[in-house]
Amino acid sequence: MKMTTFAALLAATTGLAAPAVAQDLHFPMLNYRTGPFAPGGIPFADGYQDYLTLINERDGGIGGLPIRMSECETAYNTERGVECYESIRGDNPLILQPLSTGITYQLIPRVTADGVPLHTMGYGRTSAMEGETFPWVFNYPANYWDGASVAINYLLSQNGDSLDGKKIVLLYHNSAYGREPIPTLESLAASNGFELVLIPVDSPGQEQSSQWLQIRRERPDYVIMWGWGVMNAVAIQEAANIRFPMDHFIGIWWSGSENDVVPVGAGADGYTALTFHGVGRDYPVYDDIQTYVVDRGMAAGNGDQIGSAVYSRGLYAAMLAVEAARTAQELAGHAQITAAEMRNGMEHLSITEERLTELGLPNFSAPFDVNCQNHGGGGAAMMQQWDADTQTWSLITDWIQSDRTLIGELATADAAAYATENNITPGCL
Amino acid sequence: MLYREAGDFKTSYASDNQTFPIRFDRYAYWVVMAVAFLVLPMVMNDYWANSIVVPFMIYVIAALGLNILIGYTGLLSLGTAAFMAVGAYATFKLTTAFPAMPIYLVFLLSGLVTSAVGVLFGLPSLKIKGFYLAVATLAAQFFLIWLFTRYGWFFNYSSTGQISMPERSMFGVTITGATASSTAVYFTCLIFTVAMAWLARNLTRGQMGRTWMAIRDMDIAAEIIGVNPLIAKLSSFAVSSFFVGVAGALMFGVYLGAVEAGEAFGINKSFLVLFMVIIGGLGSILGSFLGAAFLVVLPVLLKILLVDNLGWPADLARHLEIMIIGALIIVVLIAEPHGMAALWRTVKEKLRLWPFPH
Repeated sequence: MKMTTFAALLAATTGLAAPAVAQDLHFPMLNYRTGPFAPGGIPFADGYQDYLTLINERDGGIGGLPIRMSECETAYNTERGVECYESIRGDNPLILQPLSTGITYQLIPRVTADGVPLHTMGYGRTSAMEGETFPWVFNYPANYWDGASVAINYLLSQNGDSLDGKKIVLLYHNSAYGREPIPTLESLAASNGFELVLIPVDSPGQEQSSQWLQIRRERPDYVIMWGWGVMNAVAIQEAANIRFPMDHFIGIWWSGSENDVVPVGAGADGYTALTFHGVGRDYPVYDDIQTYVVDRGMAAGNGDQIGSAVYSRGLYAAMLAVEAARTAQELAGHAQITAAEMRNGMEHLSITEERLTELGLPNFSAPFDVNCQNHGGGGAAMMQQWDADTQTWSLITDWIQSDRTLIGELATADAAAYATENNITPGCL
Repeated sequence: MLYREAGDFKTSYASDNQTFPIRFDRYAYWVVMAVAFLVLPMVMNDYWANSIVVPFMIYVIAALGLNILIGYTGLLSLGTAAFMAVGAYATFKLTTAFPAMPIYLVFLLSGLVTSAVGVLFGLPSLKIKGFYLAVATLAAQFFLIWLFTRYGWFFNYSSTGQISMPERSMFGVTITGATASSTAVYFTCLIFTVAMAWLARNLTRGQMGRTWMAIRDMDIAAEIIGVNPLIAKLSSFAVSSFFVGVAGALMFGVYLGAVEAGEAFGINKSFLVLFMVIIGGLGSILGSFLGAAFLVVLPVLLKILLVDNLGWPADLARHLEIMIIGALIIVVLIAEPHGMAALWRTVKEKLRLWPFPH
């Protein structure tokens, strides 16, 4: 009885609190700082929030309007993600970045119906790069199929342009996320003549002895990993235990953070992973973050993640969001943009080397353009390698371009199937 | 004070046997119905409908189903989430194979499919009971989820293994998909919840429910007085799975819209529904409602209170929420080991006697 009175009271208070019409830009943050995937969620959330704080503190916001951040904890759980979305969708959200492929799949139909831009940077539904079918969804600058293709291109360059007769294992998180690269890898296996062995790991992936037993039996030349959270560190530990050559073990960008390799110690030395942005703190923007954010005591979280691989990615995501908002303001001619104008800004986003240098992030990302047909950016990535002695990631290649012809074909087919299932007529908004 | 018993006399068998023997409860029931059907849709905003009330009602259906199995028949099951997944995947397969089929019929048929699967996995209950049966149903949990993520037929060979609910409407009203209004979703869940609760209440107080309870209280004695344990146990599994299957179908169809077996219907969800039943009260229809409210609505209310009203950091609030819910579970179970329904029963007894307790 007491409970219902309490609920009624709360209902009354929250029902009355109408959203205020304020002069600001609302950037909601769907974070996960709790749960089994928090080791990946925390640095990303910190990087995202710190960059937005920097823009507010240093520039006074975007185009003179302050950024309003709101935080909602999803715990990487789809039901909580939906609850978070419902709680913010009436509050003029400009851009959503859920950092979860599962939540992305829930949100794609909802944001399309409600008109809220969704940016899934390096995750989510790959075929969303087909902007005519998915007008509200963006996944620039690179997606999972790019990742798969870049990994294979890297291996081709290591093996004199031929992978004929090689055996490659894909060790993947048994979820929508982990299964995403399979069609691309299967198609690449057919065209390049290597054998692909699929080995799933059930979430969260703390127990992988049977999988690694299978890898020992299969004797693959290379192992490619699509892991997240605790699964990464366990896999790298298991690989170290069976003395699998670390430089033959390649992780996707979500399997390439400090949290994944540090627990393994010296055994992880030489582990390689993909990345679509620069690593380390040697960028001028970090001086500004120190001055305007950290020194003012406004750093997000504990402030101990600054400069880590996934922190850089969160910062990159925030930077792209801010640049898109700036583009949107220019196109709209006024500062107080709507979600639809923000979408337009994202669709006309152009990241150039000059702009990156201005932002204090020279060579941080490959330059790319977004347009109505292509929501997927350029698709280039680099390889980074872990040095266990110095505890740093270092870049070992230049930008490697993915096979966009093949990916384009696969994405068009997948997007066309989605359009028929959901009665969508593809076209530019 | 609340209950005025004077004049509440029973003169016929029917009136003695009714669902709400006390007049005040009857009125309260009709008031709740009127509020749910007439008042709430008017005053509730989308957020409350979509993220609090709808999941609450879906979990109520699941808890009712599990309560039939555990609370009324005494068969412990840890496979609830897998049976929900059966309902969800059956909905997906049926509605993509027969797009013209009315969506309510799809939900009911999904319940029947789950029923059949439930009976299959209920077969071991004829030989084993207690914790051993729990282990057997745990096998169902892992096997079914493995099946749904492994074989492409179940998710129409989509590249990611996700199933997505297409848009479906009935009588011109969109029920599923992103464009469905929160009112349509609310009424769909409400109609199913009310119908299922009515069914559960009437099944459990009829002959079938009595055979279940006889099995629960002492299966050998039940067999001696003529209860067929085969029929009783399997019918309990069938009815329970039907409820759970419909809950899964609704969770996929109208609430989440896109689902992946391992993530949405993992072992954690089985435990969640089990805790609802235990905290709410075993063998009680009201208990299923209270348990679902406690574990689904309360966390969201706490979040609203701590994050939106007090402005605390989201992660701190989430950690606090886990601690508060955990502490409350312990408090409730110490205060009343038989669940919140039993707590309410005690309160009601006191209220009925008040102000003359002797």
